[in-house]
Amino acid sequence: MAASILRRSLLAPRCRAGDVAALHSGPSRRRAQAPGPIASGRRMGKSPAGERSVAPWVAVVGLEIHAQISSNSKLFSGSQVQFAAPPNSLVSFFDASLPGTLPALNRRCVEAAVMTGLALNCSINKKSLFDRKHYFYADLPAGYQITQQRLPVAVNGSLSYSLCVGGKKNQVVTRTVRIKQIQLEQDSGKSLHDDTRSQTLIDLNRAGVGLMEVVMEPDMSSGEEAAAAVRELQLILQTLGSSQAIMAEGQLRVDANVSVHHPGEALGVRTEVKNINSARFLARAIDYEIQRQIKELENGGTVINETRAFDYKLGCTIPMRDKEGKQDYRFMPEPNLPPLILCDNKSLPANTNHQHVVNIDWIRERLPDLPSVRRVKLVEQYGILPEHSFTLLNEDGLMEFFENVVRQTQMNPKKVIGWILNVMLGYLKQHNLTVQESPVSSLFLADLLNLLERGTISSSAAKQVLEELWKAEGKTPLQIVEEKKLELIQDQQELEQICQAVVEGHQEEVMEIKKGNPKVLNKLIGLVQRTTRGRADPVLVKQILEKRLSQ
Amino acid sequence: MLRVSLREISAALKEGRVSPTELCQRCLSFIKATKFLNAYITVAEETALKQAEESEERYRRGQILGDLDGIPVAVKDNFSTAGIETTCASNMLKGYIPPYNATVVKKLLDQGAVLLGKTNLDEFAMGSGSTDGIFGPVRNPWSYSRQYREKSVHNSHTENEDSNWLVTGGSSGGSAAAVSSFTCFAALGSDTGGSTRNPAAHCGVVGLKPTYGLISRHGLIPLVNSMDVPGILTRCVDDAAIVLGVLAGHDPKDSTTVQDPFKPFELTNFIDASKLCIGIPKEYHAPGLSSETLALWSKAADLFENAGAKVIEVSLPHTRYSIICYHVLCTAEVASNMARFDGLEYGHRSSMDKSTEVMYAATRREGFNDVVRGRILSGNYFLLKQNYETYFIKAQKVRRLIANDFVNVFRSGIDVLLTPTTLSDTIPYVEFIKEDNRTRSVQDDIFTQAANMAGLPAITVPTALSEKGLPIGLQFIGRAFQEQQLLTVAKWFEKQVKFPMIQLQGLMDYSHTVCQHQKSAFFS
Repeated sequence: MAASILRRSLLAPRCRAGDVAALHSGPSRRRAQAPGPIASGRRMGKSPAGERSVAPWVAVVGLEIHAQISSNSKLFSGSQVQFAAPPNSLVSFFDASLPGTLPALNRRCVEAAVMTGLALNCSINKKSLFDRKHYFYADLPAGYQITQQRLPVAVNGSLSYSLCVGGKKNQVVTRTVRIKQIQLEQDSGKSLHDDTRSQTLIDLNRAGVGLMEVVMEPDMSSGEEAAAAVRELQLILQTLGSSQAIMAEGQLRVDANVSVHHPGEALGVRTEVKNINSARFLARAIDYEIQRQIKELENGGTVINETRAFDYKLGCTIPMRDKEGKQDYRFMPEPNLPPLILCDNKSLPANTNHQHVVNIDWIRERLPDLPSVRRVKLVEQYGILPEHSFTLLNEDGLMEFFENVVRQTQMNPKKVIGWILNVMLGYLKQHNLTVQESPVSSLFLADLLNLLERGTISSSAAKQVLEELWKAEGKTPLQIVEEKKLELIQDQQELEQICQAVVEGHQEEVMEIKKGNPKVLNKLIGLVQRTTRGRADPVLVKQILEKRLSQ
Repeated sequence: MLRVSLREISAALKEGRVSPTELCQRCLSFIKATKFLNAYITVAEETALKQAEESEERYRRGQILGDLDGIPVAVKDNFSTAGIETTCASNMLKGYIPPYNATVVKKLLDQGAVLLGKTNLDEFAMGSGSTDGIFGPVRNPWSYSRQYREKSVHNSHTENEDSNWLVTGGSSGGSAAAVSSFTCFAALGSDTGGSTRNPAAHCGVVGLKPTYGLISRHGLIPLVNSMDVPGILTRCVDDAAIVLGVLAGHDPKDSTTVQDPFKPFELTNFIDASKLCIGIPKEYHAPGLSSETLALWSKAADLFENAGAKVIEVSLPHTRYSIICYHVLCTAEVASNMARFDGLEYGHRSSMDKSTEVMYAATRREGFNDVVRGRILSGNYFLLKQNYETYFIKAQKVRRLIANDFVNVFRSGIDVLLTPTTLSDTIPYVEFIKEDNRTRSVQDDIFTQAANMAGLPAITVPTALSEKGLPIGLQFIGRAFQEQQLLTVAKWFEKQVKFPMIQLQGLMDYSHTVCQHQKSAFFS
């Protein structure tokens, strides 16, 4: 909770309620409902005597997220959808808005939107409508975008997301954001501005690609929450396959509406922070914007209703040059598309060709396990900690990797998770690799853990083997163990000799132990390990040394 | 040979009495001879001859594609034709060659039809005279008919014969003139508020506007998407039925076409008129309706009654709001549809390129005429957030009431409605241009646009000549998707009225003088 309460700087000039209230008459006031996490402190509350009354600021964050639908073809045309194809190579006559062309709705896109709506607990509108939204822009060939302004395909849903809080980030709390609606709409093309030649180049490959716009109510109050909600949405979309949701490829684009106010008072004027294309920047952009607004208000300024862009190099939001001031989009029903009618098992007309209908119940029955369910299952099935289940799902492919390793090893999953999260993930992060790019396959890791589990090698030897495996030379863990002679020394006599030598060479430490400082024993164990390059069974070594020293 | 119907020429082709190439060449030379009518914007001579040769080959092998094989047709220049310039009679699309065929064009070609060329129209089909396109007005072939000439002799006080020529009506005036002057056997028009029926009536040909959703609009450069329908212009009702059979049916490229399969039909020669119920909508006694047309309308009603049909006066109470609503909805969609013409992807682009916005503005100012720009302006006004409820939504609601009027009438047992198509016969160009495009459209679409508002099928049948010797057509409006019934009634009516064929000797003479004149001008 603490993160959501942003205290006034004590150094700030006095700012009275009236100063702030004046801002609330702005035209863009959002719903009067308070945001989820309400600050505990009341304004002008009973703060400790002597301290100037310090009312907390609360931030209100709402998101509009455009997710590109994962589909072979575009929303209304047969053009292929493909990232980074040669410019203007995926453009149908319709996409280029040639006169006389008409839209034909792509069934796959509708199914993806229904699927997403169901996964986000929305009610699915059995009848939804398409509208034209007009504005002139070079990468919008028709001069309008086909969207769902009046009656979108899905409404009134919710998304639960969790974030780790507390000093050690080991306390998982779950929050919910309401989903206002999900609408189907066309993507625009891309404009590439060549300032030196003062030219704009247009690539229409993206023009007409299907988007789902997910509108989240302003139920969040920090960048961290927004980022967690977006991350959860991303996971859900990827699980459903309705969007690949790769932010770096622009498949998931987030606009954030941010305002600040004092609890119990009307909401502040909001700004819109546009085009944030990574979860990390999302949190930073929102937090920056919250702080900026607070600072602005505390300095006696005002927040104006504007669109701002996040400059990730500078780490701040800057006002966007508004093209034409306030736009009137002159919405109009799209006359070339009949209403989108969906059916369910009850309303399914008899003798219908399944190609011609989209059945909501049919899609519902085939929904895969959502991330939240998967996490619970992971905790139950493998006995791992809830926060570990988050990490497993947050990294693309990591859960599958973990489960593959568990399947192929005798090691307890609770131990396996440590190897995966601490050792492997650490390595991947350090080298900026994805799970799919890992040089160590789940099979090799399982082999290695089996060697460890069977007592063939020690855990420090296992780490050495892993170091070799990262090089990805194709050697199996066992080959590496044999080549490097990393097996545990099984020969008791050999071990006894080594221990004897260590004891003899370190009489000072021996005296210490005998004086009653057992901790020094660890040093001796370490020395034995160093001598054997980690090949000694630490339990056995300890036993031998203790026996020696007690003699 | 060129004066026969499509059905007759089809029979002649099948019997080998004429070859497709010969037929095509005759039409092409006739197009040249009647060039002054300005019916065609583009004559696709080369491709037409190639198509005719291919057709001839099919006839030789006995593998013809269908009833239209080898038959010369013309298409209004707002249908996309692959490889053939498609201009909409606008500077905006001058030089634009579409890379694809409209579905209706494709269907004609798939049946073996020979596409002679693209016909003239008002810019982007916005008009009712075929006078407001960049290629100039279309002249009504009846201006040069013996019937008109004889009647106008006594009052032809002008020395300049040329000044009295008549407008075709519009906006599909080029197509109507082409069919009327025998340069093709069938032509496609488009019908948004009457654009097929109006010129058909003025040019003495049959004009069919099918039910909305029966024929694909894919490739038709839109005026008003929710009302546009490809129209069919032919010499007789039977021919219209043949062409309809070729064009109708679901098109995956047009989501507003109905899924139900369409079965082409042949029209019977005999109907039991006693089982017919003809409705006469009283609201169509509009101010400005000529006494001649009124008399003809009432005579037609008598004709049905005398044949045993029930003829009932009916009421379509919301008719009087129709034209005003039509204009709100029309301009709103026009504003939207025209947004794509920005000079970037195709069509005209201004050389003023200081900024993208400057280029847009200049391109659109240079590319569109005043009529188009005026409609865009008012349409955008109606769509503004502050006006949307007051104008657009209200017009849509009234549109629903208008459609319901028809539903109620047909539910009461009426089979077909009989109305005038136009207020009167056509008028000379010099008269026509005394009023602006908008005023003319309001007058000329008065009886026709309601069928577009309601999406119903309607057909105009040439009925009689006026005192001036000019054609007057009457309109039948049918139930949605009941084209067979509508056309059956129309055919029976056509048979009764025996509309006279246009006598174009005058036209040939005129053509001759024009040629002489041009020659002398050339040699001087």
